[in-house]
Amino acid sequence: MTRIERRAVGAAIAALIAAAPLWAAEAVAPDAVNFTDVGGIAESLSGTPGDVENGAALMNKGAGNCIACHQVTALNDLPFHGEVGPSLDGVGERWDEAQIRGIVADAKKTFPGTIMPSFYKTGPYERPGDGYTGKAAQGELDPLLTAQDVEDVVAFLMTLDTYPE
Amino acid sequence: MSKSVWLGGCAAAALMFCAPAIVTAQDDAADRELVINGEIEIVTEADAPAHLENMSTIRSGWTFRSPETQTMQMDDFDNPGTLGVEAAREAFSADLGNGESCAGCHESPEELAGVRAVYPKWDADAGAVQTIEMQINECITERAGAEAWGYDSGEMIDMSALMSFVSRGEAVNVAIDGPAAETWEKGKEIYYTRYGQLELSCANCHEDNYDNMIRADHLSQGQINGFPTYRLKNAKLNSVQGRFKGCVRDTRAETFSPGSPEFVALELYVASRGNGLSVEGPAVRN
Ligand code: HEC
Ligand code: HEC
Repeated sequence: MTRIERRAVGAAIAALIAAAPLWAAEAVAPDAVNFTDVGGIAESLSGTPGDVENGAALMNKGAGNCIACHQVTALNDLPFHGEVGPSLDGVGERWDEAQIRGIVADAKKTFPGTIMPSFYKTGPYERPGDGYTGKAAQGELDPLLTAQDVEDVVAFLMTLDTYPE
Repeated sequence: MSKSVWLGGCAAAALMFCAPAIVTAQDDAADRELVINGEIEIVTEADAPAHLENMSTIRSGWTFRSPETQTMQMDDFDNPGTLGVEAAREAFSADLGNGESCAGCHESPEELAGVRAVYPKWDADAGAVQTIEMQINECITERAGAEAWGYDSGEMIDMSALMSFVSRGEAVNVAIDGPAAETWEKGKEIYYTRYGQLELSCANCHEDNYDNMIRADHLSQGQINGFPTYRLKNAKLNSVQGRFKGCVRDTRAETFSPGSPEFVALELYVASRGNGLSVEGPAVRN
């Protein structure tokens, strides 16, 4: 099997498992995530396989906005890719899924001190705000991405396993 | 995960950061020279002041803008910020509400040439570092006995623009030692603090990533020698601390307010990062 086929079969099995109520998993809470000692996350955060298309959408809009900092050739139909982070072309080839999940959830565990925001974390933060209003946050903050959003983004990143010209 | 994958990822990331900047139209823009009205020469690039540890060259925000935006600042007729300067020129000799005026003490705005370049500055009587806005309000209330202006009000921003206008070409030279040192240290700490849910400091964007694109924005060094700036985006003059507020808000943080001790300290620190550049306000930015 090719990588893609393997992944498709894996996803199909995972989907079957997720569909069965007996195994339906609860999302791992942001403060209960188990990171490996190199910053990866071995297990799915939501228990439901990621949706590649929604992952691609999150790269552009909303709380993900990954292309503000990263260039991604597969998303070339969208304007203005940033240069703050490395190109994500080939990222599914460079890293395994667990490491990519860890980077998306909390990149500071893989790259200490990195500018990249932590997307599956709820604090502590310095002067947390209420979104982009500039006002103080009201109560507990939700993570920037939900557990399923993270899985969707990871699924999309795993498809970036080539280095287009 | 195998070690080779780990190293491969790091090396790839490192390469991206070491690669020379892609040559774009904006690199040409960085090489242009700023002479306003064909006569006022502006230093837009200089050696970094000694206190800056992580940078060797400082550059005005002008050097990061598109050639079209740059050109607008090269002639006062094309610079929309001139309107604010003209309004402030009238306000300068107008009644402050009690029969007094700025002109009652200062013969002309030009008499205040050079003042802008050393602000924010320690004020012995106030026992604190003061921005030019605070000094203007001190004149209005304590000397003229009139009603204070709003710190970030339109009339204040216009007057601040006039103060920059008459100092254009003078080298920024704010003092960071002596009694100002404590405030400067506080401002420096704020500059390097990662605020908000995105955990971003001023340095993350303006020191580590200037010259990089962040989405559609070409990141500058966040210098303030061009303030107040006329922004094409909101079509008005913008104050230094109004800009700070916008940048902090964009980190999903609770901002500080214009005029707050935190922003005054931050302004002193950021101004000192530009020591050696010329005052060029009101500048034109996008
Ligand atoms: C504010 C900038 C910024 C944002 C926003 C951002 N990143 Fe990053 N990212 C970086 C930087 C910088 C690195 C390089 C790590 C380092 O050395 O700091 C990185 C590294 C990565 C890597 C490892 C890349 C490699 O080739 O080794 C992945 C994967 C990644 N980011 C995915 C994402 C995703 C997915 C999002 C959005 C959900 C995102 N990033 C948002 C700045 C950002
Ligand atoms: C997420 C990235 C980001 C962070 C963090 C950030 N800024 Fe900015 N800043 C920008 C962008 C984008 C612009 C517009 C383009 C430019 O001039 O860099 C800007 C512009 C500015 C300008 C206007 C420069 C000019 O010449 O007109 C100043 C001053 C400034 N920032 C100061 C700060 C300070 C001080 C902080 C910290 C309190 C800060 N910024 C934090 C992104 C950021």
